[in-house]
Amino acid sequence: MQQDLFKIVHDTISVEEVSNQVSRREAGAITLFVGTVREFTKGKRTLSLEYQAYESMAVKMLSQIGEEIKGKWPDTCVAITHRIGKLEITDIAVVIAVSSPHRKTAYRANEYAIERIKQIVPIWKKEFWEDGTMWMGDQLETTKYPEGKPDEEE
Amino acid sequence: MITVLFFAGIREEIGSDKLNIDMENITIYQLKQYLLNNYSLSSFNQVMTAINESFVTDDEIIKDQDIIAFIPPVSGG
Repeated sequence: MQQDLFKIVHDTISVEEVSNQVSRREAGAITLFVGTVREFTKGKRTLSLEYQAYESMAVKMLSQIGEEIKGKWPDTCVAITHRIGKLEITDIAVVIAVSSPHRKTAYRANEYAIERIKQIVPIWKKEFWEDGTMWMGDQLETTKYPEGKPDEEE
Repeated sequence: MITVLFFAGIREEIGSDKLNIDMENITIYQLKQYLLNNYSLSSFNQVMTAINESFVTDDEIIKDQDIIAFIPPVSGG
């Protein structure tokens, strides 16, 4: 197994580097998920974002997601890099690469990875709006997540 | 002595990213009550807790040297 398949970084993510981490002769497909910073959410304009992480545990939970995927789809190889710190609109926050012999498995495993990130990986997003700031998912009534996690479209 | 880590909104309410507290052999629930009584916190509603980077429940007993992290709803990705 390659080192550093699951990483938290503070600088620009290279999509190609993450993709290359899962490239191998057995693979007939590599799916890439590239999560970017969106300007408008339900009409509200984001100026910039800050991600904060419990870094050591975040890497551990990303690795756990990799293990879960291995359990469900044994012929996959997964690499995930998440950026933290201050990000601007259109910057890449996360890249997930999954390779497998056939494409359907690679698509499914990739979607599973982002859903699990939103459930168990200790990374938080602070939105900087024109009229204030807010930790998403924090304890204030205005951003309460009824299910304890973000909506699917987040 | 235990170390308690805070993140996101809770970090801003506590005013620090961590506290060293001279307590042990208490439950997570008791630690939460202690923090709620001593700091200006809105609540621990929806917060998950980890001891030494593994998620635990409120009944878990905290031992000397443990690192406890309070994890508000996450929003990575």
